[in-house]
Parts: sequence; structure tokens; C-alpha cells
Amino acid sequence: MALLEVKDLSVVFARKGEREVRAVDGVSFDVDAGEVVGLVGESGCGKSVTSLAIMGLLPKRGVRVSGQATFDGMNLLQTDERTLRDIRGRDVAMIFQDPLSSLNPVVPIGLQVTEVLTRHRGMKGEAAKKEAAHLLERVGIPDPTRRLKEYPHQLSGGMRQRALIAMAVACAPRLLIADEPTTALDVTIQAQILELLKDLVRDSGTALLMITHDLGVVAGMCKSINVLYAGRRVESAPRRVLFAQRHHPYTVGLLGSIPRLDAPKGEKLRPITGSVRDVLPWAEGCAFAPRCFNRVDRCVDGPPELVWTAAQHGYRCVNPVMEAETAK
Amino acid sequence: MTSLAKDGTPASPLVEVKDLKVHFPIKKGVIFDKVIGHVKAVDGVDLSIPRGRTYGLVGESGCGKSTLGRALLQLTPPTGGSVEFDGQELTKLAPGKLRSMRRRMQMIFQDPLSSLDPRQNVESILIEGLAAHGIGADRGERRKKVAETLDAVGLPRWALSRYPHEFSGGQRQRIGIARALVLGPDLIVADEPVSALDVSIQAQVINLLEELQDQLNLTYLVIAHDLAVVRHISDVVGVMYLGALVEEAPSDDIYAAPLHPYTRALMSAVPVPDPDVEDQRERILLAGDLPSPANPPKGCRFHTRCPWAQPTRCADERPVLRQITVEGLETGSDHRVACHWAEDIATGKLRPHEVKAELVHQEAETPTEVAPPSEPTSII
Repeated sequence: MALLEVKDLSVVFARKGEREVRAVDGVSFDVDAGEVVGLVGESGCGKSVTSLAIMGLLPKRGVRVSGQATFDGMNLLQTDERTLRDIRGRDVAMIFQDPLSSLNPVVPIGLQVTEVLTRHRGMKGEAAKKEAAHLLERVGIPDPTRRLKEYPHQLSGGMRQRALIAMAVACAPRLLIADEPTTALDVTIQAQILELLKDLVRDSGTALLMITHDLGVVAGMCKSINVLYAGRRVESAPRRVLFAQRHHPYTVGLLGSIPRLDAPKGEKLRPITGSVRDVLPWAEGCAFAPRCFNRVDRCVDGPPELVWTAAQHGYRCVNPVMEAETAK
Repeated sequence: MTSLAKDGTPASPLVEVKDLKVHFPIKKGVIFDKVIGHVKAVDGVDLSIPRGRTYGLVGESGCGKSTLGRALLQLTPPTGGSVEFDGQELTKLAPGKLRSMRRRMQMIFQDPLSSLDPRQNVESILIEGLAAHGIGADRGERRKKVAETLDAVGLPRWALSRYPHEFSGGQRQRIGIARALVLGPDLIVADEPVSALDVSIQAQVINLLEELQDQLNLTYLVIAHDLAVVRHISDVVGVMYLGALVEEAPSDDIYAAPLHPYTRALMSAVPVPDPDVEDQRERILLAGDLPSPANPPKGCRFHTRCPWAQPTRCADERPVLRQITVEGLETGSDHRVACHWAEDIATGKLRPHEVKAELVHQEAETPTEVAPPSEPTSII
């Protein structure tokens, strides 16, 4: 059994007098200890809502969460708030995209790190301070004892993200959820942070759920990759299988849209037409059909099912791309 | 520079920037402001952009690339140096003349929503510039021009009566491009034109910019932090670090043979969506953060983080952009690098060494105030 098993997770935002929005629609995936799993998609595909739902961080009112998120045999979606508070930060930790808005601006870094240690590991005073300094040093912050006394605004973006990671790994969590951890950072800093996360996974056997829009980031570190579109998983495969052969036209389009650093000059990008707004409700057919280059009439006959190949490669498409590099 | 235009004839430069400097004063004091230092956002940049070509400026946040773009358009007054646009010196131009010159040089901004007036509909946004410059005899003629521009950027006609919030991010960026395009400019400065957009939309906008360049023979200065985007769209790429260019090369060469240690590090940090490439390549991880531009390191500005830094010259002599010749390495005449040891690094004579991250002081104990760059009051 995997460490985290998400099964049929759905999140519906329903506010009185407004149309219901199904942000996540029956998403399933597993994350095992010591492995990195990627959730990839563009804005609005439901990748962040998935992570918030797993952590139980969505508001209770106006939100319906269904399905299962089993962490070590316990369904997090059914767990009461008190127990969840013990699990969050200790067993499951999260790193957010924007470190400045997830740190408290009026509390020194040191206090924010020791808070976790006091709450979950019962450390106090000097011992907690020492451990906090040790944690900051581990994530590569120079002169950690001085940094402990400083406030978030005194740190650079990369340092803040490191401080946030230090807090997340303070209790050696078994599962780490990173929601766009490097999107707000420069590329050289991004490389540092990704390397740090890889080291953490390798050294401590932490399971990492990596949520990102960047296929380049997942290509380098994820064991398996799930591509989301309009709330559903449209393609899922181990990374080498996926990059060797994309079956879903959305994944093909996504990869064709990225300018590659090593591509020969003059090669045209092949963007996906239309925008994320042009979706069909899944109940009527494939949500991607309005933008798809491989569309056939069957696409809008009903919701397509996830089809699995022998190589653990799943795709939700009735007219998949079959030969390598055939995208128009 | 001896670059050739796409048809093979030598392209004369449209823009010539020489020793451009932009220094922002750091002020201190309650009643009387005292200038206690300068943030040298741009400190001595030379570049030239040939007509009909794209110059890509790449660097990390805080390297001064946006300030350079703004100073080129005189939106931020330069502290020193010269900007020659089509033979005319912009820094000494009278305000009225400069205003009419602005018709020929336009800007596209990063965030399309905050650079469009939410209370103006698209037609009004596009016609405002035409009216300000007195283009088109009457309303009918202007509307015709606006409609043509809409077609060019791929927006439907009904967009005219809509407001910016009614569009998606990609469409908004198209409006921003249309606003720049409607005046028929020669030069477009695009500051992070696609970084706020989703991946699939990014590609649409990049392709649109390329098509427009082919049709209208536009000259671009594209400023971005994403090296892959810049390399894709540009003919020549300039890499900036702490207010100065460290390397300049045709976009093919910059990938094939990066010469400056910073370019190498930047290149190795960009993720490539291919597992085979990702697993094999060697990453050059830079230690620490960008030093403060208020107090840049002496000598080569990169020497504090450079894995190839040497005990001599690097710390006390500022390198200038120069051409190098290395045996067995094809470097064109327009490949220039600002590094004392570029030859030895290219041949592999010098090996990278470990760099300890240095503390970057953020100077929080003394509250200081940096004069913000002046806002663009009008770019039309």
C-alpha cells in the first residue's frame, strides 16, 4: 500500500445562488515513500485545490469534498480537525508558492521555525533554538544564528523559500506537498531549491508530491507524472514513458508550446489554440475537445474513460496520438 | 557589429546604446534628504539593435534589465551615456520632440491587466494613441486603422466595445500588443511579454510576435528572465548581471558555446522538458544570492559567486566585453564576453571550484529609501 492514496477525489465549490464549480473531478493517484510524483497543469486545472483538499485546508462552508485521501491507512478527508492539526506539520508538510505571503511578516524567522518544533516535538528554549539553527543550516542558509533573529522581509526570495522548507522538514515529515515551490524564483535559485528537495527525498525517504506547471521541472525529478485538465486527470505515466510517447493531445500540445533551450533555432512553437476558458463540461464529452487538434465526432459523445496500457500509461482520450511526434 | 539582415544585406542599427547608466539615489533623512549612495541599476551598457531584428536581454530579477529597457525609451531618465535611435540622440531631445518620437518606439508590458485601464474599452484604448499623435484624419479613418490592427493580432471585431476584464490573459496581452502596434512603430520594447501567461498561451503570443515581425519588419528588444524564451525569439542574446552585460552572442552560439561563467550557470539551471537531457547534464549551482546593486562587488561583479574565480584580476579589475579566440571553438565576430579568464575556461584549463555562499546584507538596521523609478506617465 502506498503512503498516500488519493481515490476519486472531487471538490465542488457551491455558493448559494451561484453555479456550482467542479474544480477537481474524480482524481486518483498514489505517492509512495521516497518517490516524487508530479501533478502538472495550467492555471485553473485544479492542481492546487487537490493539494489543499488533501491537507484539509479548504474552507468548510460552500465546499463539498468527496472521495478518499488515505495517508498511512487513515482517510484524511474524514479525520477531525484536532487530529489533523497533529498530522499537519509533523507527518504531512506543505511548501507554498509565495514564501512572503506564507510567512508571518511580524514574527522573526527563528520563532516561526521553533513554533513547529515546540508544537510537534516538544522542544523548548535553547534546545529549540539550536535545532532551528541546525535546520536553517541544513537547507543552505549562511550564518543561521543571525538569520533566526531576522524578519521575512530581510531575507531574499530564495532564502525565504529555504526558511519555509526548513519549517516543513523540521519534523521529518513522511509526506511533503510542494505547490509550485519555485515559480516565484529566479532560475539559478530554482536550481538550488530543486536540488535541495531532491536531496531531502534521497536522504530521508520523504514522499514528495510536486505540483507545478513546468514540464521541465517534472522531467528532471518526478518518478511518475499526472497531467490534469479541467479538474480531471487526462494522462498519467512514469516520466520516461510519458516523455517518450505522449498519447493525450493536451500533453502533446503542452510540450509543443514550450521553447526548449536545446532546440535548433528557427523551430516553430506549436501552441494549443483557444484558452482554458473554452471547456466543455466533462459530462458532455471531452473537456479539451474545443481546443483539440485531433478532435473527432466521438469526442463529444460522452465523458471519455481513462485507458491504461501495459506500461502503466493512462490517457483519457478516444482518439489519442499514437505515433511519436505527430503533432500538427 | 557585422550582422546581416534576413535577406543577407548588412543591417544598419536602429538603436545604438553607448555606455548607458541609470543610478537611483538612496536617500536618508527626515526633513532634509541626504543622498547617501546610489543603486547602480544599469552601469555602463553598450548595445546595438539592427533594424528588423530581435535583441533578447536576459538576466535574473534585480539585474537591471527592465531599467535598461525603460531608459532606452527615456521613460526613466538615464544618468549618463547616449541612446541613438535611427540617427537621433534621444537623451538630448526636447520633451515635445521626444513625445512625437514615441510613436516610433512602443512598449509591451508584463502584466496585461494592470497595464490596461479597466474603465476604457478596447476601442478607446487603441484610439487614444492615434488621437494623441494626430494619426488619421477623422474618426472613421482611425476606426479603420484600429480594426486592421485587431485583425493583425487575432482579436475579433466585437472586442472593440468590450473592457479588459472581459478577456482572458492571452487576449489581454494581444490588446497590449495591438496598442503598441496601432501607431505603426519601428521599435517595440517587450518587457517580460509572456511570463504572466499560461504555457499554452505563451506559445501563441510568441508566435504572434514573430509573425508580426515578419509582416511589418519590426525591431524588438525582448526583456525576459526565461532564457529558453529569449533564445527562441531573439537573433542576438545579451546576458546581464548586476547592471552590466556579461556576454553577448547570436542566439545559437550562446547555447552552443557559452563563454561567461554566469551564462554557463544560467544555462545549466534552465530545466529542459526531456528526462534524458535532465539526467545527464551537469548543473553548475551558484552559491548564494545576487549582491546588492547599491554596493556591487569590486572588479568583476560576478567574482563573489563565480566557480571559476581566480585570485588575480577578478577581484580588482572590471572586465570589459571583448571578443576572444579559442582554438577548436567556433566563436563568431559578434560573440563578446566580459571575463578575464574566458579563454582558459573555454579550453578547460581552469576548473570550477567550490564557492561558499556569502551573506548578502540587506541593510535592515538602517532604514533607507530608494527613490522609485519614475512611473510611465505617458508612453504614447
